[in-house]
Amino acid sequence: MADPSDLDVAYVAKLARLNLTGEETRLFQKQLSDVLKYAAKLREVDVSRVEAAAHAIPVFNVFREDEPRDWFTAEQALSNAPRKANNLFIVTKVVE
Amino acid sequence: MSRPALPALNIADLQSLLRRREVSPREVLDALQARIEDIDPKVEAYLSIDFEAAAREAEKVDVDLPLGGVPIAIKDIINVAGQPCTCASKILRNYRAPYDATVIRKLRAAGAIPFGKTNMDEFAMGSSTENSSVKLTRNPWDLSRVPGGSSGGSAAAVAADAAFGGLGTDTGGSIRQPAALSGIVGVKPTYGRVSRFGVVAFASSLDQVGPLTKTVRDAALIMTAIAGYDPQDSTSLNEPVADYVAMLNGNGNLKGVRLGLPKEYMVEGIDPQVKAAVDAAVKQLQSLGAEIIDVSLPHTDYGIAVYYFLATAEASANLARFDGVRYGHRAENPKDLLDHYGRTREEGFGAEVKRRIILGTYVLSSGYYDAYYLRAQKVRELIRQDFAKAFEKVDAIVSPTSPVPAFKLGERTADPLQMYLADIFTNTGNLAGICGISLPCGFAKIDNGVGGSRATKTGRPERVGELGGKSINVQLPIGLQLLGKALDEARILQIAHAYEQSTDWHKARPPLAKIEN
Repeated sequence: MADPSDLDVAYVAKLARLNLTGEETRLFQKQLSDVLKYAAKLREVDVSRVEAAAHAIPVFNVFREDEPRDWFTAEQALSNAPRKANNLFIVTKVVE
Repeated sequence: MSRPALPALNIADLQSLLRRREVSPREVLDALQARIEDIDPKVEAYLSIDFEAAAREAEKVDVDLPLGGVPIAIKDIINVAGQPCTCASKILRNYRAPYDATVIRKLRAAGAIPFGKTNMDEFAMGSSTENSSVKLTRNPWDLSRVPGGSSGGSAAAVAADAAFGGLGTDTGGSIRQPAALSGIVGVKPTYGRVSRFGVVAFASSLDQVGPLTKTVRDAALIMTAIAGYDPQDSTSLNEPVADYVAMLNGNGNLKGVRLGLPKEYMVEGIDPQVKAAVDAAVKQLQSLGAEIIDVSLPHTDYGIAVYYFLATAEASANLARFDGVRYGHRAENPKDLLDHYGRTREEGFGAEVKRRIILGTYVLSSGYYDAYYLRAQKVRELIRQDFAKAFEKVDAIVSPTSPVPAFKLGERTADPLQMYLADIFTNTGNLAGICGISLPCGFAKIDNGVGGSRATKTGRPERVGELGGKSINVQLPIGLQLLGKALDEARILQIAHAYEQSTDWHKARPPLAKIEN
């Protein structure tokens, strides 16, 4: 099993698209290492013959009729937009 | 006036008055508003209230409906059209819900009036409501203590008679634990029993919406209104819903009911007064005719570890939607897209949410998925099988809800692992997808100089504060948990009701909440 010391908070923060301050990085490194050490007890469990659980009551293949129905207007969908214009979301530039 | 003041009533008693036209929904709302204005500056349970919209609904509501004219407080993670839905997070500070969650639509159909939104741990991540980015909610039994969490606002409002009932969400104990710490009733329904549509997702395989109420009957009333299949939630179960209230009617006899006592739940670290209260409750259940059977849930000790891998993994994926594009906070003047995401989320999320996003991203990341996430899913299956085996022998399982009564504000915030351990008796129920209820079963008498059972750092008794009364000694509620089989809500409500009706715990009110007639 992976070792708690493998955790590199600064790297994971990049994956999560979440900026952290230097102090947060150091604090989380310590706190989450403690959580991982505590959770290392899961290694004691023999799971060799166990299938991973999905849900307590399995539900499969959930479909609905493909019928049109009323839902948001463009105006409603945009009602919480941080920036909008011409019935569109204004986003940060993606391409050069 | 011979009857108690309106806000002191439970839902069932309030409804009798409404149906007999002795009070109008408008009078109920006005009395509640006065109570909230009086008490909420001390408890701080609410984040936003829309009395005007509620008053318009009160004018036209049909009081003969199952919850006709009853105002209900809603945890601020559930969308109520036109009202804020902030999840107590800065990232959603200006968000207004454009639609009703299914549970709100169902509450309205039953005549209830969702009038206000309650405080919570940010995105429901926490066990004390201290992770709210807005404010601290205080326990009505002792204002220097937490109300529990994450549904602490709804719990404190109900306990302080500042709500007739409330909705919360429970991912690892977030309805049952605050119910226990605040001295009220809380139900975590079977996974899939209640629709999650319109409820901001934290951990989608664990989250359920449920009631927080003054009595078991009130919980049954709300459950009957909100339970049921919803085509808009593909995980909701297409199973018939019982009339949980009608099923409470009985003679209070528990003859033939088999209750399991898991030996793994009597662990070190349980407050002695909690243990004594639960032991006494078990004897009481026995005296009502229940048979007590020892059961074993051998994987209990792994619950917290499994929970924190799975819940954080799901949270890291669910919270990816907060990217500052379609709604919520967006950082000013980003220099590029990565800067836009990184700073938007840095500015918008609080410490606990960030911590969990990091842990969740890590356990799902390349090279660690099998070791952490997949292994946790397998141990989850073993936990589910533990319960399945126990339920071959018993109808329900009895335990404390929380190992300790309400702890002091600030006591656990520095140590996330300590806070996580608050859920030790509740989160295996979420992992197994079964149903559970917490109800009052006694009080811990605490010298407030001794937080929980631990001395304060100074060793000196701290003042409760002028709002908590002059006495240094406080009474803190203790919760009894009953866990039931999947879709067996009726059974745990019946057992809880029989116990409740044979005791007086649910009649006690916090000193703060007493209303002068």
